[in-house]
Amino acid sequence: MGEHPKQSHYPSPQKAQDIVSRTLSIIVDNEPGVLARVIGLFSGRGYNIDSLTVTETEHEKHLSRITVITSGTPAVIKQIKAQLERLVPVHRVRDLTNEGGSIERELALVKVAGKGEKRIEALRLAEIFRAKVVDTSTEHFVFEITGKPSKIETFMQIMGELGLVEVSRTGIAAIGRGSTML
Amino acid sequence: MARTMTGAEIVLTALADQGVEVIFGYPGGAVLPIYDELFQQDKVRHILVRQEGGAVHAAEGYARSTGKVGVVLVTSGPGATNAVTGLTDALMDSIPVVCITGQVPTHLIGNDAFQECDTVGITRPCTKHNYLVKNVNDLARIMHEAFHIARTGRPGPVVVDIPKDIQFATGNYVGPSNIQHKTYRPKLKPEQPAIREAVELIAGAKRPVFYTGGGVINSGPKASQLLRELVRLSGYPITSTLMGLGAYPASDKQWLGMLGMHGTYEANMAMHDCDVMINIGARFDDRITGRLDAFSPNSKKIHVDIDPSSIDKVVQVDLPIIGDCAYVLEDMLRVWKAKSPVLDKAAHKTWWKQIDGWRGRKSLAYKNSKDLIMPQYALQRLYELTKDRDTYISTEVGQHQMWAAQFLNFEEPNRWLTSGGLGTMGYGLPAAIGAQVAHPNALVIDVAGDASILMNIQECSTATQYRLPVKVFILNNEYMGMVRQWQQLLHGNRLSESYTEALPDFVKLADAYGWKGIRCDHPADLDDAIKDMINSPTAVMFDCRVAKLANCFPMIPSGKAHNEMILGEDVTDEEVQNAIGKEGKVLV
Repeated sequence: MGEHPKQSHYPSPQKAQDIVSRTLSIIVDNEPGVLARVIGLFSGRGYNIDSLTVTETEHEKHLSRITVITSGTPAVIKQIKAQLERLVPVHRVRDLTNEGGSIERELALVKVAGKGEKRIEALRLAEIFRAKVVDTSTEHFVFEITGKPSKIETFMQIMGELGLVEVSRTGIAAIGRGSTML
Repeated sequence: MARTMTGAEIVLTALADQGVEVIFGYPGGAVLPIYDELFQQDKVRHILVRQEGGAVHAAEGYARSTGKVGVVLVTSGPGATNAVTGLTDALMDSIPVVCITGQVPTHLIGNDAFQECDTVGITRPCTKHNYLVKNVNDLARIMHEAFHIARTGRPGPVVVDIPKDIQFATGNYVGPSNIQHKTYRPKLKPEQPAIREAVELIAGAKRPVFYTGGGVINSGPKASQLLRELVRLSGYPITSTLMGLGAYPASDKQWLGMLGMHGTYEANMAMHDCDVMINIGARFDDRITGRLDAFSPNSKKIHVDIDPSSIDKVVQVDLPIIGDCAYVLEDMLRVWKAKSPVLDKAAHKTWWKQIDGWRGRKSLAYKNSKDLIMPQYALQRLYELTKDRDTYISTEVGQHQMWAAQFLNFEEPNRWLTSGGLGTMGYGLPAAIGAQVAHPNALVIDVAGDASILMNIQECSTATQYRLPVKVFILNNEYMGMVRQWQQLLHGNRLSESYTEALPDFVKLADAYGWKGIRCDHPADLDDAIKDMINSPTAVMFDCRVAKLANCFPMIPSGKAHNEMILGEDVTDEEVQNAIGKEGKVLV
């Protein structure tokens, strides 16, 4: 006791544990404010969001599917799931990474500007990546590319040398493998 | 059979159908249609507070002392923002509250209209759930859902934000039956294999301890009865968190007193050394656990909680049981009685002997004084003079709160109203008002500090208006005592801003509010003064001038474990001051 100005009346942080990445699928009622509830929970409790996609997937039932890629210690991941399930408009939460694995895909629109050799090289490489040209002029291409996030990362890296000026990514959509539904 | 009525009528009809007898509120522009409806009916009584924050705490006091949902009605903008502290308080302590807020008309939302604020945005993280009503035909369903969500599962506050045009609009009313929520299904009944495993673990324990919390209180009086039965059947020691006091009678020989930062030595040592910990309705709060890596290192831990997110949030447990405490205890008792397990009596005898040794340290001992009122002594006398009455105690937050938890013994649940999780100074007076409204003939005492009481002092006027004879027992040491204690222990006794140089004259203040004021500054006069307070038919403000620099012991210092408590026996003001800078006091 005595002179220890750094002491406080809160416990010290826990020792570091391994960080893991998880893909969570959250089925929610598509009602006003539901996305704010979910992302507010992440920010309010200090959890990470590495990617987020959301849209209504079952119109007649007004159900939306939120896909969140998050990272944290296994204990934190467990807490995130429990906290999400506590939200009133949440129907169910599935950890796709942990439950049989998942297919994860993302779409990106990639704008590459330039002339001459680089432009031709960009088009050639885009074909290898099966990226589609969706807009063009004599000075630019907009490519549409879908795939695993790692494929998009690689594509962007390569295009970085060939005049990449802008990227828009959708974030990751994920679905569990196999015939069972979420 | 849908009936057609205005939104404001729907609100009042829904309240009446939910069995609401009293609401706490404050009118304003955006709730005038509801207030107009309130005026024209006589099923729901309205208590006019002096600030909206007081309304929520009063509703909490009402809820905590009755087990019913507390209801609040406030206006938009500042009405709603003033309610935020109370809502957060109710969320942290799992108190069922429904708070109806007015909102600017729908077409003005988002326009920065007069007294507009984003109520659902602001209250989203501090409520269990909230609603903005955009269609009058949804209003009745939302009202009933709000009550259902507030009172079931882990209870909590729910906000219903109603724009003024919706209050005027005409729509269909539906009653509370046949309302089925799409997603909200709290799990109340536990898994039976877990119950059997728990009973086996409990029965086989050599050094067991029950650690119970507010969940037992929230579950209702039956849970407390079942808890008592199980604890007595087992013969095991029991301790409780601040929020759980009263679930088990403090006069019982198996009771170890409260645990945690200012809990008893025997309770904390039993937690540290136990081999089986039976947590029923508590959440391993940081005031309880102390240093986490040294928290009860050698025990198997059973955790009963209605909220799955409480499991493994702070402490990894061996056997989680999700369910309502009453259901869980009922099932445990049934299995226990069916098995009638053979207990290790010899081991339990040794365990109790060790506990009695810890008890022998008399961790709540303090040095009394002939000339000064020691705060602990004041509360001991308050307890002795009130224990045979129908008493409810609320508190503010700080040293007085911890002393009250240590020295006022609770025999029954719902008698102890305190702000545990959020630690809200200013909670006690409005909470006492809420409890007194619910129990008009009971003795309701707010044990207060001189700093805390000023945070919601305006509510004295509410008590006067409704002739509520609440008693405010101020342990007046002129300091923010707990802040000063921490500054003394951790910040070189540099008492930065923790002394209140200009306190009001509390006796004159009482007089100004139409209360009776009593001042006492000598231990010899204390009993008579307390009796005078108790016997007064009106509200009383009791200015109890206590020793200024007393510290609240025992205490688990920061970053320490349960077995490293500081005991405060024989520590005087001077000795405490002289101890500054020395390495520890009586570190055990």
